[in-house]
Amino acid sequence: MIKVRIPTPLRPLTKGQGEVETKAESVLDMIEALNTAHPGIKDRLCDDTGELRRFVNIYVNEEDIRFLKGKETSLKDGDEVSIVPAIAGGTPCRA
Amino acid sequence: MATMKALVCRECGKEYPTKAIHVCEMCFGPLEVKYSYEEIKKNISRKKIQDGPHSIWRYADLLPVEGPNFLGPHAGMTPLVRAKNLGAHLGLDELYIKNDTVNHPTLSFKDRVVAVAITRARELGFETIACASTGNLANSVAAHAAAAGMRCYVFIPGDLEAAKVLGNLIYKPNVIEIEGNYDDVNRLCSEIAGEHGWAFVNINIRPYYAEGSKTLAFETVEQLGWRTPDQAVIPMASGSLLTKIWKGLHEMKYVGLIDEVRTKINGAQAEGCSPISTAFKAGRDFFKPVKPKTIAKSLAIGNPADGYYALKATAESKGSMDMVSDDEVVEGIKLLAQTEGIFAETAGGVTIGVLQKLVKNGTIKKGDLTVAYITGNGLKTQEAVIDAVGRPVRIQPSLVAFEKTFKMGKNGGGDS
Repeated sequence: MIKVRIPTPLRPLTKGQGEVETKAESVLDMIEALNTAHPGIKDRLCDDTGELRRFVNIYVNEEDIRFLKGKETSLKDGDEVSIVPAIAGGTPCRA
Repeated sequence: MATMKALVCRECGKEYPTKAIHVCEMCFGPLEVKYSYEEIKKNISRKKIQDGPHSIWRYADLLPVEGPNFLGPHAGMTPLVRAKNLGAHLGLDELYIKNDTVNHPTLSFKDRVVAVAITRARELGFETIACASTGNLANSVAAHAAAAGMRCYVFIPGDLEAAKVLGNLIYKPNVIEIEGNYDDVNRLCSEIAGEHGWAFVNINIRPYYAEGSKTLAFETVEQLGWRTPDQAVIPMASGSLLTKIWKGLHEMKYVGLIDEVRTKINGAQAEGCSPISTAFKAGRDFFKPVKPKTIAKSLAIGNPADGYYALKATAESKGSMDMVSDDEVVEGIKLLAQTEGIFAETAGGVTIGVLQKLVKNGTIKKGDLTVAYITGNGLKTQEAVIDAVGRPVRIQPSLVAFEKTFKMGKNGGGDS
């Protein structure tokens, strides 16, 4: 099983759970599995084209998946995944 | 004051109440404070600002707090130094240094953002304040928490400069050193913030905190006699400071304090951690995270949260970005010290190094009114220059010994 830590904004979808377990062989696979168990989660993580949203960071065993193989990063039993929103500020206002 | 209308998602536009939240729960986009500019416009004037306190709070109308109980009452209004010597050296007619090495109370621009963050945190009823930091932020949070009587947790990477570690401990917050770099600290804190009801200034308080950086734009414009510079050179870590200076300049126009913004915004990074500058040079609007390796530790954020927005702001302003090596950082620190008498930390060396590059390659021109933002104090990063400044000349306490040394040309001060 893969342990997935769920950030606060997604917890309404996991009945308040901060951590869930799932079976998956890749990050992509994990997102599908999470979506089956907790419908709606995929739309929150991915945009219309299926790409991860710009402000979503995913870490496998503390490593940013952008240093690994992105969504194709493979997962194995016992891996721990964190989903963490990027902390950005903002830009020029438009009055 | 009380001109905040809501928090609004930068990506999808969904609105939220002005509470301690920072991420849109629909699309994960960052939340930003939305103001009633029409109301602010009716209340604000150059005179009202000039009659206000000698601190960032003279611009309270454009800051995300309700007031009037401001914490950090002395932050800001640092000198805008006319840098004639450095200007002459570089070939610039009108160069200014915005000197936040002397910000109150902890000698970096972070005193601005923390004053705003802690004021807002108190307004929202928090008793514990925390942060993830590359050093300067932690120092400022710890000092402000001590003065405000709040509980404090600061999280720092394990490889910080000694003065920045001591600069936390002296205020007796809980200092947690993480075995890893800033990006590790940041990720961990994002997870901790979800579990504890603390005010994490740069996480759940970030929409308010980040707004404090706008005061660097406000002060520059006021100190220049209500005009914007032609060029600004700004160091980038998360990219937030650059983004907010750009925003601040435009806000002054929206509320009628100035007629036009003519500033080109230029971003500066160190080669060992330049995800934003690298993306800019490659013409990309997205960046690739890096593992930082530079002496400019205060800028060592490999996964810069505001990188995307910094790229956008720079492009909109028709500005530029560049990066310098660690050796150039040290040279930049020395150059600023030896021409203007201002001792900057490594981030300042990055700014001066990039300024020099942009003048050399013609991006910044001789007649451009230029402001370089120096955001932290050199006494906090002494390790970076200790091997590059020579040693004192040591003599016996006798006139003969002095005259002998003096005649030999060794009149002190190291390697001159």
